[in-house]
Amino acid sequence: MKVGIEVNGREVAEEVEDRTLLVHFLRDTAGLTGTNIGCDTTSCGACTVLLDGESVKSCTVLAAQADGHAVTTVEGLADPGGELHPVQRAFREQHGLQCGFCTPGMIMASVSLLEHNPKPTRDEVRTGLEGNLCRCTGYHNIVNAVIEASGQEVDR
Amino acid sequence: MSIVGTRVVRVEDRKLITTGGAYVDDLREEALSGAVHAVFVRSPIAHARIEGIDVSAALDAPGVVAVYTAADLDLAPRAANPVGEPWLASDVVRYVGEPVALVLTEQRYQLADAAELVDIDYDPLDAVAGIDAALSGETVLFPELDGNVVQTHGGPFDEKTFEDCEVVVTETVLNQRVAAAPLEVRGASCAWGEDGRLTVWLSTQNAQIGRSQIAAGLGVGEESVRVIAPDVGGGFGAKIGADPEAVVLGWAARRAGRPVRWTESRSENLTAMTHGRAQRNTVTIGGKRDGTVLAYRLDVVQDAGAYPRALFLPTLTEMMAPGVYRFPKVETASRAVVTTTTPIAAYRGAGRPEATAAVERAMDLFAAEIGMDPAEVRRINFIRPEEFPYTTATGASYDTGEYAKALDGVLEAGGYAELRAEQERRRAEGDVVALGLGIAAYVEITGGDAGGESGRVEIERDGSVTAYTGSSPHGQGLATSLAMLLSDRLGVPIEKITVKHGDTDEVPKAVGTFGSRSLQLGGSAIRQAADEVIAHARELAAELLEAGADDIELDAERGVWQVRGAPSSTVLSWARLAEAAGDTGLSADVWFADGKPTFPFGAHLAVVEVDTETGKVVLRRIIAADDAGPVVNPLTFQGQRHGGLGQGAAQALLEIMNYDDDGNPTTATLADYSFITATELPDFELVDMATPTTRNLLGVKGIGEAATIGSTPAVHNAVVDALAPFGIRHLDMPATPMRVWAALDEARKAEKK
Repeated sequence: MKVGIEVNGREVAEEVEDRTLLVHFLRDTAGLTGTNIGCDTTSCGACTVLLDGESVKSCTVLAAQADGHAVTTVEGLADPGGELHPVQRAFREQHGLQCGFCTPGMIMASVSLLEHNPKPTRDEVRTGLEGNLCRCTGYHNIVNAVIEASGQEVDR
Repeated sequence: MSIVGTRVVRVEDRKLITTGGAYVDDLREEALSGAVHAVFVRSPIAHARIEGIDVSAALDAPGVVAVYTAADLDLAPRAANPVGEPWLASDVVRYVGEPVALVLTEQRYQLADAAELVDIDYDPLDAVAGIDAALSGETVLFPELDGNVVQTHGGPFDEKTFEDCEVVVTETVLNQRVAAAPLEVRGASCAWGEDGRLTVWLSTQNAQIGRSQIAAGLGVGEESVRVIAPDVGGGFGAKIGADPEAVVLGWAARRAGRPVRWTESRSENLTAMTHGRAQRNTVTIGGKRDGTVLAYRLDVVQDAGAYPRALFLPTLTEMMAPGVYRFPKVETASRAVVTTTTPIAAYRGAGRPEATAAVERAMDLFAAEIGMDPAEVRRINFIRPEEFPYTTATGASYDTGEYAKALDGVLEAGGYAELRAEQERRRAEGDVVALGLGIAAYVEITGGDAGGESGRVEIERDGSVTAYTGSSPHGQGLATSLAMLLSDRLGVPIEKITVKHGDTDEVPKAVGTFGSRSLQLGGSAIRQAADEVIAHARELAAELLEAGADDIELDAERGVWQVRGAPSSTVLSWARLAEAAGDTGLSADVWFADGKPTFPFGAHLAVVEVDTETGKVVLRRIIAADDAGPVVNPLTFQGQRHGGLGQGAAQALLEIMNYDDDGNPTTATLADYSFITATELPDFELVDMATPTTRNLLGVKGIGEAATIGSTPAVHNAVVDALAPFGIRHLDMPATPMRVWAALDEARKAEKK
């Protein structure tokens, strides 16, 4: 079937197999490999993207379901001039990433979290990111990054 | 001011936060155009005889290029150690997840459809689903062996060992099997060039070891194989070198005449990537009522899984058995057994966490028996600072340590006395939420392989620096740390320093990353190379400035060379000297061979709350001192500690790779395996210490695994401490609500009797 999705502001329309997952559409059809796949049970959140501004795990959305909608991936976050999004900047400043594999999904989930709750507490950040797994950081600096991106002081 | 020791954000990050890293599955190399996709068909049964394999239906499926089984493979079998692991199983399968066939298809989505059509006729055999079943010998996994014990070491024990003791306590402590579970699963892409060379892009911690293993497996020379580790999404010891799959894929690419791409699924990863830990340790500890321990015995049984891949683990556990203590008598022994489960190999700590968990439980058991505070018992038995270097009864030569200082540091930072008072008060009030305090003191060994490392530093014509390290970072931030070391030494800003690694054509000789070896060995190699470059540059500068070499100095603040005592005179830039070096270049290529193992240490205090009605455990605080000597970059040093704390706590609280009695894994997806999340961990509280070692050029020890090693027993001890009023003196990990509730239920029933 033909699927057309606006990916990071660019229309991508291709003929794909009906069962194509959104994550594979993004990676293989749109050629954007920033969005990663970490599991097969919707558990890890590495594939998190924004679908019409809401975070979704793109391994559990069919590309067909996103037909006619807008998707934002990590590649679409910084402005075209290269200026980083505040969440990206905070992840670097706070060392909220190590191997980087969970990072695109973690950043997109954080963007969505802050959209809904602009001044979260540390506990609210932890709860908000429960569906995104990281094996490297122990999450402490990820929480710091989201707090910093929200404009609040990082105190630990 | 030197950049070393200051907080520097990582040079690695820009790419990772904007376009994402370039992991194996992301590669769009020209050499991989037209690649077929690959999937391994794996055994769904723990132990069975293969009666037949019919691939005809699979071959007829859409897009199938080839289906290979052991019958097709013309590879020499692997050496027996002590048994040979087949590339693909042909006669017998010995664990769920063992590869039996390989399917190649044109498109990714065709893989699962075709794999399902490979018809394998299994005749089930009895499973050997754990250590007891293995030791019983009722079912023997390898008929060529006499039973299931594949290695014994140490012992025998002396029956008089504990005869002078006033108190002797013994307990069996399980160190459960866990999954390494890096966020990026395993992957490899293989392409043969027209020159007859194979290139493998491999998610690995050690491209060079992987290259050697793949070449040996394929029966070709090492020069015929190039391995490239692109960005690697975590390893934790389970991506050391190349797994057997990589050899089969390289072979398949040759046979099919097409490049091959492979990425396993997570469920596949949880059964087919090696697991870690899996020891059953019996501790016996004896001493006097004044708190002095006189003797300690550790009896290790290592579940090696179906095919032993890392039999150094139980003997390393033996060597590290006495931990931070000056026990007069130490006895150890180990046995390794094969079972019908996934093979066991290194996992963050690899042998040392098991030793620490055993001795730290033993110290708490001893303290409880004599009614002394566990902190005090530890203080009494610590090796003293003035006793270093200290050779243990098990033969480890500890370099430096301040064990009491580490413990006192975390107790003070955590407010131990106040916490104990709160615990007393809450117990007296009958609070159903019990407070538990857990202590662990640890020492571990890093760079324990003593295998050396390579380093190459080149000054480019524009004055920038390119460094090639044999280390193979995959999240640790080592490129930043090495750039900082070079910047400090050469006076070149880190923006002008590029650190490369992980390509065997660029770095042919190297060991890579495991055992927290990278900074102490890879860093020392880079430092040594930098010093050789400096020596060469000094000669060149002396010629150009017409002065004696002894009168030439490098101004490491400005990165220029000048005549000593005449700073206003002519100065030479690195670019000028690179030019003067001519075609031979200004570079040095070294092998740092002098790196002896070092012994990082620390202490952790964990605070838990246990709901005694539901069994739910909440980790409230963890306060950690992790001393690995001088710190190059506090940012990444802290990051390594954080990650270690999270992974260590995860083992104590949640994680276990479970098998049922028939050898079926029951935690083989991330929906079932209790991978720890952000909600289950607290903010970490760190206490800083830095005791240097004399055993390498930088004075540093490794930090990659340290915090993992301390945190598991600290959290574990805290849970048991919370349950002490119920008469519970031991509970095996992980402290899941069900286990804690069951232990409480049993204790309450026993009390009623």
